[in-house]
Amino acid sequence: MIEIEHIKKSFDGKEVLHDISGRFEAGRTNLIIGASGTGKTVLLKCIVGLIAPDEGNVFYDGRDFTHADRDLKTEIRREIGMLFQGGALFDSKNVQENIMFPLNILTDMTVDEKLDRVNFCLQRVGLENVNQKMPSEISGGMKKRVGIARAIVNNSQYLFCDEPNSGLDPQTAILIDNLIQEITKEYGITTIVVTHDMNSVMEIGEYVMFMHQGYKVWEGSSENISQAEAKELQDFIFANKLMRMMKSS
Amino acid sequence: MFLGSLFVNRESFRTYVKLIIDESILVGVGSIFIVVIVSTFMGAVTAVQTAYNLVSPLIQDYIIGTLVRDMTVQELAPTVIAIVFAGKVGSSISSGLGTMRITEQIDALEVMGINSVSYLVLPKVIAAVLMYPLLVILAMFLSIYGGYLAGTLTNIITEQEYIYGIRLDFNPFTIKFAMIKSVVFAFLISSISAYKGFFTKGGALEVGIASTSAVTNSCIAILLADYLLAQLLL
Repeated sequence: MIEIEHIKKSFDGKEVLHDISGRFEAGRTNLIIGASGTGKTVLLKCIVGLIAPDEGNVFYDGRDFTHADRDLKTEIRREIGMLFQGGALFDSKNVQENIMFPLNILTDMTVDEKLDRVNFCLQRVGLENVNQKMPSEISGGMKKRVGIARAIVNNSQYLFCDEPNSGLDPQTAILIDNLIQEITKEYGITTIVVTHDMNSVMEIGEYVMFMHQGYKVWEGSSENISQAEAKELQDFIFANKLMRMMKSS
Repeated sequence: MFLGSLFVNRESFRTYVKLIIDESILVGVGSIFIVVIVSTFMGAVTAVQTAYNLVSPLIQDYIIGTLVRDMTVQELAPTVIAIVFAGKVGSSISSGLGTMRITEQIDALEVMGINSVSYLVLPKVIAAVLMYPLLVILAMFLSIYGGYLAGTLTNIITEQEYIYGIRLDFNPFTIKFAMIKSVVFAFLISSISAYKGFFTKGGALEVGIASTSAVTNSCIAILLADYLLAQLLL
């Protein structure tokens, strides 16, 4: 479980996160949603420690990450897997080397053990026979899957996904969403997904935190999101024609 | 702070051995071609221009060999090749790290709990410091040989005179001086370029700007260090 308390962050005097608190339980897909530029990715980066918050605390299963010393921070980070928006696969390494990378650095496994684990993870994300391909040779959807495989290869306890289905067609986007949810349930990990895609919200949103202009406006589940009263959330949900049609029907 | 973080929270020794070997091949072997071309012509041009300027009948032709040797060992090989090295390796380090930064590959390393500065930069700095002096030694031989070829093929100087000239009053300290310079230059080029690339912000345009800035700053640092070392050591 990850808890955040009173997170604040400013850039050049402009506050982009205003006192955000929340609790992300293990074994369910937690979504942070909102329009572009609303501070979702900044919040995610504060949680994983890529950006230091100005105020507030982040707790990983009760361990204070924000004020942890270097050793504890490293220990916690080695339990984290993250899928970046663009995949962030290492260009100079092929798919197999990319997925094997955390094992090479963080474990003492033998080459055969590592290879077995890589193939298992590739199979888990629905990819086979792509081990020797370079990142430039695979599609956007495949990159995301390889990114997920890399994120889970080291038995991560915490999975973070930044816009996992951006730039993907609707069918592939749903496949990626479902894959994230399956992995979360299967391994009982704490998953936080940052997205602005309402399809994702409806598909896998077990806990949803809605942000608007740096504020947490609403939290709840996808089942009761459409009944939420916050105007900003209503505007966000029913921004597209399909959702408006569904609402009116 | 940047250089300090190279040495904290490092990965295992074996991780670095492989990385340093890979970087050494990239930095060293990958630069041989340009070093061969530049140093050979550098020596050849030095020989021809020295001969052109030697108009006094009181100065013997073998001085051409001596001048090519001294200019090559003390200045041309370590310093001019350093400028070339900054252009080739410095820009490569900077643009490589800059691209990794903007495509979140460095963030990916950090999230895995890996000290990205140490993992990415330290092997490059060590590889440059190990390989550049070897490139300078190669450049010294080739530059002097280039002078020999240009001089003898165009009948500016005879083979015997050139050999006599390059052996005349040889001071071994100049080699030591060149090696000290090459280690300092390699460190400056690799660390400045890594710094510029590592802290790139923005997109492809900024990667290009970082790369240009890395080469410019490296060249200025090389020339300043060259002057300071000459003042201190000669």
